Amino acid sequence: MKRFSAWFRSPGRVALTAVGIVVFGIGFFSGARAWAQEEDRAAHKDGKSTYAAIADAPEKAHERKNPFEGDTQAVAAGGKLFEQHCADCHGKKAGGTRKGPSLLREEVQQATPGTLFWVLTNGVVRRGMPVWSKLPEPERWQIVTFLQSLKLHSLQSQSVSAEPVARVRHIP
Amino acid sequence: MVACVSPEPIRKRFPGHILMALILSLLLCMSSLVSAQESPYIVTYDHYLEEPGSLEVEYFSTFGTQRGGNNFDAFWTEFEYGTTAWWTTELYVDGQTTFNDSTIFTGFRVENRLRLLQREHLVNPVLYIEYEQTSGADKIVKEVEGHDVESDYAESNALLRKEHDHELEMKLLLSSTFKGWNVAVNPIVTKNLSPGEPWEFAYAIGTSRPLALKASPNRCNFCRENFIAGVEMYGGLGDTRSSGLRDTSHYLAPVVAWNLPSDWTVRLSSGFGLNDNSHRLLLRWGLSREFSDFGEIVGRLFGGRP
Repeated sequence: MKRFSAWFRSPGRVALTAVGIVVFGIGFFSGARAWAQEEDRAAHKDGKSTYAAIADAPEKAHERKNPFEGDTQAVAAGGKLFEQHCADCHGKKAGGTRKGPSLLREEVQQATPGTLFWVLTNGVVRRGMPVWSKLPEPERWQIVTFLQSLKLHSLQSQSVSAEPVARVRHIP
Repeated sequence: MVACVSPEPIRKRFPGHILMALILSLLLCMSSLVSAQESPYIVTYDHYLEEPGSLEVEYFSTFGTQRGGNNFDAFWTEFEYGTTAWWTTELYVDGQTTFNDSTIFTGFRVENRLRLLQREHLVNPVLYIEYEQTSGADKIVKEVEGHDVESDYAESNALLRKEHDHELEMKLLLSSTFKGWNVAVNPIVTKNLSPGEPWEFAYAIGTSRPLALKASPNRCNFCRENFIAGVEMYGGLGDTRSSGLRDTSHYLAPVVAWNLPSDWTVRLSSGFGLNDNSHRLLLRWGLSREFSDFGEIVGRLFGGRP
């Protein structure tokens, strides 16, 4: 006990211990991350599409109506929330990143508002998407409203240049 | 991205500090930030884990009044990392200043939180396992255990630090969110790993709600949606030799969190002792910031895929 106290009386030793803790922490975190990546790869091998979670939504969830449908204020608010909470994984334009899939794909854009709300609420924990029920229900609906507004953008860009959208939509 | 600003100069005789400052600068320069929606609780845990790959760095301070001794300011830093969407791991480093006495390092804690169910349910359980190695001078009062009472903290630091605790702590975090309200209940069991020590029990409960449930279309600092207010209550429940609400301390603490669009979260809490065994006041504040791509940066440092 005395040896433990004596060790921490020297500021140099305290600094050394702190550096040791940081190095250990980084090593531990990177090890844990590698393990998580391995687990993620294993999950992808089960043959299910990244978008399979949409199909998991129960019938009751499909039928839920978006209370903000057609509300332009909700689209703007949803866009702000998307940027704050979702863009890091799904990309600023929802086109997807290495961390998360594109939300411009047909599977997402054809889903009912209730289904998107259900996926947002429950997350896809096994595949790395956290649950987002910590956002109040109206905020989650605002995000859904924003996501659905992307469909219009997709269609508009399709009329300007059909090819890139077609390419996106036919990814197997 | 944040501006790449190095911390202020540090005395040359502590090369370890310079290394730490460099690591911190590197992380600040390389990390992008995400706006967090953090709960206001300081003692209670809800079931929401850190986003995968994100590191949240948090600093907390607790000012406590002390009858029969000197008031104190205990502080701790948390490094909270989202390993997966169902597993969060965390490192705490504790210290304290007792007025008219000294400032000392009091120990560290490592904890893991594991989400038990994949989807959201009415009640969502998360398993919390912590190992802590602290001295008797640790005063952060992150939880009240067994028969912890105010007089335990009245001695001088020189005396208190002679006691050394290796503890295993387990909590079942039960939490539910409905109509914007979060209710969290944490039963706690602690075992000092020294031989002959009993199992100790404790509790923490909390409820909170954002001041507005709907987001405004514009970025704003003072929008009601950025504030989450609530109240938490925590205390001891005795041990295997004598359990119950008596001969221990209990606190009631209104709490508030301010989630800024600039990616900072500020938390405030004023805990009031509910019986004569409790500190009259535990005034707490915390500041935290989330680094969303910490996992990728570490991966790159260790030769992972870009």
